Amino acid sequence: MQTIADPEAGPERSALSATNGSVPDTAFRVLALASGLLVLVILALIAITTTQKAWPVLSKHQLDYFFSTDWRPNEQHFGILGFVWGTVVASTIGIVLAVPTSIGIALFATEVAPRRMRRTITTVMDLLASVPSVVFGLVGFLVLKPRLQNWYQALGRWCEGIPILHNVFGTGSSGTSLLTAGIVLAIMITPIITSVTREVFDTVPRNDKEGALALGATRSEMITGVVLPHSSGGMAGAVMLGLGRAKGETIAVTLLIGGVSNPQITVNILGPGDAMPSAIARNLQEASGDFRAALIGLGVTLFVITMLINLASRRIVGVFDQRLKGAS
Amino acid sequence: MSLDPNQPEEEDPMASDSSVQTSEPRPAAPAGSAHDATIDLTGVLHEQARAAESASSVVFDVAGLSVYYGAFQAVRDVTLSIAWNEITAFIGPSGCGKTTVLRCFNRMNDLIETARVEGSLRYHGVDLYDPKVNPVEVRRRIGMVFQKPNPFPKSIFDNVAYGPRLSGVRSRAELEDVVEEALRSAALWDEVKDRLKRSALGLSGGQQQRLCIARAIAVKPEVILMDEPCSALDPVATLRIEQLMQELKADYTIIIVTHNMQQAARVSDRTAFFTVDVDTSTGDRTGELIEYDRTERIFSQPADTRTEDYVTGRFG
Repeated sequence: MQTIADPEAGPERSALSATNGSVPDTAFRVLALASGLLVLVILALIAITTTQKAWPVLSKHQLDYFFSTDWRPNEQHFGILGFVWGTVVASTIGIVLAVPTSIGIALFATEVAPRRMRRTITTVMDLLASVPSVVFGLVGFLVLKPRLQNWYQALGRWCEGIPILHNVFGTGSSGTSLLTAGIVLAIMITPIITSVTREVFDTVPRNDKEGALALGATRSEMITGVVLPHSSGGMAGAVMLGLGRAKGETIAVTLLIGGVSNPQITVNILGPGDAMPSAIARNLQEASGDFRAALIGLGVTLFVITMLINLASRRIVGVFDQRLKGAS
Repeated sequence: MSLDPNQPEEEDPMASDSSVQTSEPRPAAPAGSAHDATIDLTGVLHEQARAAESASSVVFDVAGLSVYYGAFQAVRDVTLSIAWNEITAFIGPSGCGKTTVLRCFNRMNDLIETARVEGSLRYHGVDLYDPKVNPVEVRRRIGMVFQKPNPFPKSIFDNVAYGPRLSGVRSRAELEDVVEEALRSAALWDEVKDRLKRSALGLSGGQQQRLCIARAIAVKPEVILMDEPCSALDPVATLRIEQLMQELKADYTIIIVTHNMQQAARVSDRTAFFTVDVDTSTGDRTGELIEYDRTERIFSQPADTRTEDYVTGRFG
């Protein structure tokens, strides 16, 4: 009662509430800034420490480390290009197989399937995305590999004598190969790409879709004319997410890629190879000295490649969006 | 303007008289069905005169049309005819089903999985809901302009060329002709002719809506359905669209849904008044057509008191 009647209480109270309001606000701002900076700090620390550990080998071999396929740890010679090749080929196979499949599933789930079925597909895909990669690796090793071995041999025989094809599908495969790793990677990343693209397709405005249909577009014309262009950025993001997972995937690839000790650049995708993360996982325990540094260098290289691909894709998506909107 | 509130007052005895005669929820008969005995005499004479001059002018003949979403009946028993080269306005309060009915005319309701249509909707005598009728074909003949301008995120040219390209026009010269013609018809050509390659999203809201009209015209439809085409626009842009509709009337039959009564009074030749009937036991809200007549009659001497209450602003 007294405070309400007191004429000085008004301004005093409002002044008090103003400070009260700004303290949590400042605290929040500081916290948000700190969290944002933390990301950069962690990134920088990772880059610095790993590069530092890899430095002895990097400084000794210099460019030869990156551009030589000569990997002979016993003779202290380290060239990683064969591993880079294995990673690139297996991931590319994975992406090439997974992207069309994923887009197909996502389109079916958003545009074609009856409503009840949509929910089932979504749930199943999300469950698949949560299966640990070692399980995929085991399934690939125990189920796929023995079957693929026969198919590979048949394929190799069939392609014999046909130019190019007989190089790509060479003979003499045991079932563990770049292709096998690629296939299992495709199975692993399909749920991720599907899940993201499905959500992107869901954000296409109903208004835009109806606009196309009202002009007499069929469902497929509406999809190619409205849904896909509208989703190009998000789809590229989904592919990048899948590619990131494929490049970094260790355990399933280790089980299936063949694990040769000195991988070479070969177009024979039925032959064995090795990938960068697999090489690290397989050897780091026994490695010491320069060998250890060379393995850490593999990690640094993978890190850099990933960043470059992300930057490039961001640029590509930007250009694509501009062209799409006709703002050229 | 026929919206003058004094006019219905003067004609009050007539209006109440006719409302007794048409107390059943059937609408007053439109052109082409003047044999309906329940409409008032002046109406009959008027309609007979119209029917004589345009006997074959019915584009759509709707009879007993009901729309369901699952078990829920959204619109009940709509019967009306849409006349050739006229602007027909659907007015009524929110939830009265006017948009739902409009979207039956180009089978847009097909996109809603649970939607179901009963009754008949004939377009030049062909039942649009006949299983043999291809909805894609229907939508090429019956264009639609939406509430929110929805240009594609493409260039202005590509927006207008979208429809013709769907129908297989590939030649650049031909496309350029179609695009120019459509943009001219939509009164947009002079504003955009120098930036056809620029994004359509850079246009103002009113320009975007006229672009959408141009896009609809470019497929050369017979009918243009407009679903509250001005509700997202400012008064100046609204006026442009209304003028445009008057120009388009010469070549197209237009049906417009609007919740702006003045707009209906300004632009339309005929007006259908819908309202919502609330089932007191279930709470279901079902739209129904109360009255359909020439616009000046709807706004000056409506046959039904519910129409009168609505157009005079007593109910809203």
